[in-house]
Amino acid sequence: MGAFHSRPDENDIRHLADKTGFSVEQVEILHRRFKQLSRDEDTLQREHLYGIPDLECNPIRTQIVAAFFDKRNFDKDSPQGTVQEIGFEQFLTVMSHFRPLKLRMTEEQREQLRLEKLQFLFNMYDLDNDGKISLEEYRHVVYELLSQNPQIGNESAAIADAAMLEAATICMGQMEPDQVYEGITFQDFLKMWTGIDIETKMHVRFLKMDNTTLCK
Amino acid sequence: MQCNRFKECASLLVVVLLICSSTKAEQSTTNATAGNEHGAPPSGYQIVTFKWHHVMDPYIIALWVLVASIAKMLFHMSSKLTTVIPESALLIFIGLLLGGVVWGADHTASYSMTPRLFFFYLLPLIVLDAGYFMPNRQFFGNFGAILVYAVIATVWNAASVGLSLYGVYLTGVMGELKVDGMLDFLLFGSLLSAVDPVAVIAVFEEVHVDEVLYIIVFGESLLNDGVTVVLYNVFDSFIAIGGVNVTGVDCVKGVVSFFVVALGGTLIGIVFAFLLSYISRFTKRVQIIEPGFVFVVSYLSYLTAEMLSLSSILAITFTGVCCQKYVQANLCKESATTVRYMMKMLANGSETIIFMMLGISAVDGGIWVWNTAFILLTLLFIAVYRVVGVVVLTWFLNRYRVVPLGFIDQVVMSYGGLRGAVAYGLVASLDEARVQERKLFFTTTIIVIYFTVVLQGCTTKSLVTWLKVKRSEHREPSISEKLNGRAFDHILSAIEDISGQIGHHYIWDKWESFDRKYLCKLLMRKSALKSSDQILDVFHDLNIKDAITYIAEGERKGSLAFIQTPDADQLVNVNFHSSKQSEVDASMSVLKEGASAVCLDMQAVELRWKNLQESEDVYTHHLLQQYLYKPKKQLKYKYGRHDITSTEDDAQEKEIFEKTMKRRLASFKSTKYGVSQSKKVSKHFKKDPSQKKRSDEMLSNGGQLVFHDPAFSDPEHPHEYEVISNGGSNFIPNVTRPALADTYNGIDNPAFMLNEEPVARQALPPWATNNDTVVLSQRARVQMPWSPNNIRRLMPLRLSGRSTDSFLLADVPVPEEHPLSFLPERTAL
Repeated sequence: MGAFHSRPDENDIRHLADKTGFSVEQVEILHRRFKQLSRDEDTLQREHLYGIPDLECNPIRTQIVAAFFDKRNFDKDSPQGTVQEIGFEQFLTVMSHFRPLKLRMTEEQREQLRLEKLQFLFNMYDLDNDGKISLEEYRHVVYELLSQNPQIGNESAAIADAAMLEAATICMGQMEPDQVYEGITFQDFLKMWTGIDIETKMHVRFLKMDNTTLCK
Repeated sequence: MQCNRFKECASLLVVVLLICSSTKAEQSTTNATAGNEHGAPPSGYQIVTFKWHHVMDPYIIALWVLVASIAKMLFHMSSKLTTVIPESALLIFIGLLLGGVVWGADHTASYSMTPRLFFFYLLPLIVLDAGYFMPNRQFFGNFGAILVYAVIATVWNAASVGLSLYGVYLTGVMGELKVDGMLDFLLFGSLLSAVDPVAVIAVFEEVHVDEVLYIIVFGESLLNDGVTVVLYNVFDSFIAIGGVNVTGVDCVKGVVSFFVVALGGTLIGIVFAFLLSYISRFTKRVQIIEPGFVFVVSYLSYLTAEMLSLSSILAITFTGVCCQKYVQANLCKESATTVRYMMKMLANGSETIIFMMLGISAVDGGIWVWNTAFILLTLLFIAVYRVVGVVVLTWFLNRYRVVPLGFIDQVVMSYGGLRGAVAYGLVASLDEARVQERKLFFTTTIIVIYFTVVLQGCTTKSLVTWLKVKRSEHREPSISEKLNGRAFDHILSAIEDISGQIGHHYIWDKWESFDRKYLCKLLMRKSALKSSDQILDVFHDLNIKDAITYIAEGERKGSLAFIQTPDADQLVNVNFHSSKQSEVDASMSVLKEGASAVCLDMQAVELRWKNLQESEDVYTHHLLQQYLYKPKKQLKYKYGRHDITSTEDDAQEKEIFEKTMKRRLASFKSTKYGVSQSKKVSKHFKKDPSQKKRSDEMLSNGGQLVFHDPAFSDPEHPHEYEVISNGGSNFIPNVTRPALADTYNGIDNPAFMLNEEPVARQALPPWATNNDTVVLSQRARVQMPWSPNNIRRLMPLRLSGRSTDSFLLADVPVPEEHPLSFLPERTAL
């Protein structure tokens, strides 16, 4: 694993920066954050992430934390299953899904980035990794998503259903009476997102400045 | 034809015009006679007197408003005209024309917009509208950029234009001007510095540019007012002191006053927004004046800021921005709609008046002073410095923006630097004693406004098309989009948390949770807390829309029969014609006393199509009851001012909502139960006490979904429609329209009962089979369903014009065993 020892050397950093598209400074900052989260260990565990106080009130934090430990998001060789702990490289790879666009990018690069970002989202919904978001899975996420508002908690299932129905209509058009819609495939997922420029939305500003001291 | 209509309207306009000018002429004569009357005692009692003088001012204002509105109406008759020339420019033309006519007739200026009228009555309405409908998320998301443009760009505009003009003046190109020195030019520059919200809204709203671009230009135009007014006041007072006597301390004071004015105005706005939201929490019992609060409190915030010489525009903007969420949630639906429309109407109206007044005011020989060099240079400097300011600031901002503003955006932003009524208001309030070149300034300002509004306004649209600027698309709101958006917010803020960044999402997330925890609880009604969730809103709206299209579809097809979603085991729906033979009267429209108009309508139709589709009628009837079930009985007029007859719209809507939901749910069937199990399913439901969840369970058990297209694709249906549509088409409209639109006045709709079992089984709609508590229609709650036995008891009351035979059949004993007797009783409803 590409886990660093306490002081990463220049080459490693440059290598990682090239691989993930972050700048060297950003990699360094994220590395410091990684160390801070993992309490100076070389690997990060779920508990570490759950320990972040700001994350506590996030309704879908289980999904988000799970995404960090999901092999689909960082392991291209065997995109299956989950791991118990991740090293810095994996951490960085997951983070790199949220990199903002660069000023100059070709259309293909944009498209590629879009696909990657959507795949990441899709994986978050597709809990059992069968390539389909089934209604159950969708409901689960929607339930958690809306759990903040206790009043609509009960209706989350109905809302998920309606959303699913919408997805079915978008993807399959008018269906035959007994046709079975098993779930949203990645292709369908792409269809649902046509016209929404996710590449300009799904990003986080990774500052060059170090403000890890401010965060707990 | 269009042309003809246009001519007609034009002649109408001329008539109104003549009235205006004649009133003007009369005014002078009545003035004279009024003097006489005061001198001489009245000779006797006059039955009717002509008291023009008495009503003059409000009368003229009302007339102007009328003329402006008619003018606006005319523009929109020719759709070509408004696509080429923006409304604002057209209104200015009309104003010029009207002013010209009056001038030609009378040689006096007809009317001019006083700064007081503008700043106290017209501007607040527009700004309030802008604030109240501000897309908050975008506004605060781009707040940094907006502030930079609003503050720095405005100061830059003022300084550069003022100083450049002064520089040129020193070279002597403009000839002699009666100015004290630099300060006059700076004052002039500052009053022209602000991009005008009214003009920007007027032009950009028609163009529909991309949201981000719009919010930046528009936000800038709203917020830069604070800067402009401060600059204006500072320079104005410096001139009053006298250029020589201005000390460094005064300059520092000026800078300080900028912050005080801008922040103070914002603070006032926030305080009043808080107050307004809090008030709106308790207005439940005075619904009729509820909308009034919104306007009055907002206006008070404007006046309060004005009183404290803070930025009133900022105050009212922020009142609108901050209160919108809570107020919209708190007000009842009707009030919210009223507020929305009122606001739009007032804003649109005052915008119309402003532009027309800008035209009218210019027609006054006494105010024009021409100085070619000064005017042309002003135009040039304004355009050039706007571009320079935008480019430099954007370059600077782009280093920090995640989504940079491209070249095209910059072009549009520079081009969007319209000057408008604010500049006019400020220049009109200049004091001629202090600023001796007031007339020149006035002339130049008017020309700058015309130039920017007319020329730039007209060309913006073609520019935007030519540059292929990203337009905002109108997309249908969809639940998945909303859900994904929500998920996005959480994911992004979580990533920021994990990566240890403090960014937009972090702040937004923290604000949201603070808002939810404290503000909402404090400022919202308990009942509003739930509905304030946007996702639910969209969900709700979509459902309502569904229901409506559903019915509309039926109307279109001339039959409502298609609405039966094919149930898994009653595979193919009802063939009404086969059922007829065996059936005891299908219809059973038992009309009770006070039968509604709808039903009478139905009867008329029934007579005509008597034998054609009895069961179709049944179904329709049933459906109407299920979906609409609210015939207009009679409007009960209530002559109360404090209350509008309370309607039960909510109940109706809720029910429609629930039903459509059921339908949506019904289209998901777990494969497990899917085929040929619906009897069991319904049985199972009946026994299940916690039925709320049943369909959920069903769905989750199955895991898979069968999605039934509601009946459209059903192979047998096309045939059926053909049969039915020959009669049904004029039947349904009769029924649905009143029923859809009206208020609920009771449940006198004739009871509808399903006929005998075979039909019942076939026609059993999905909401009836796997439905429970929720489905109970309102009337069912009031009048519990009749079992077949009491139907017979009610039978003699039936007034139906058709199916006499079935009436006779009523005496036939009912078979004891019902094939579907296990079904819940209400399914017979």
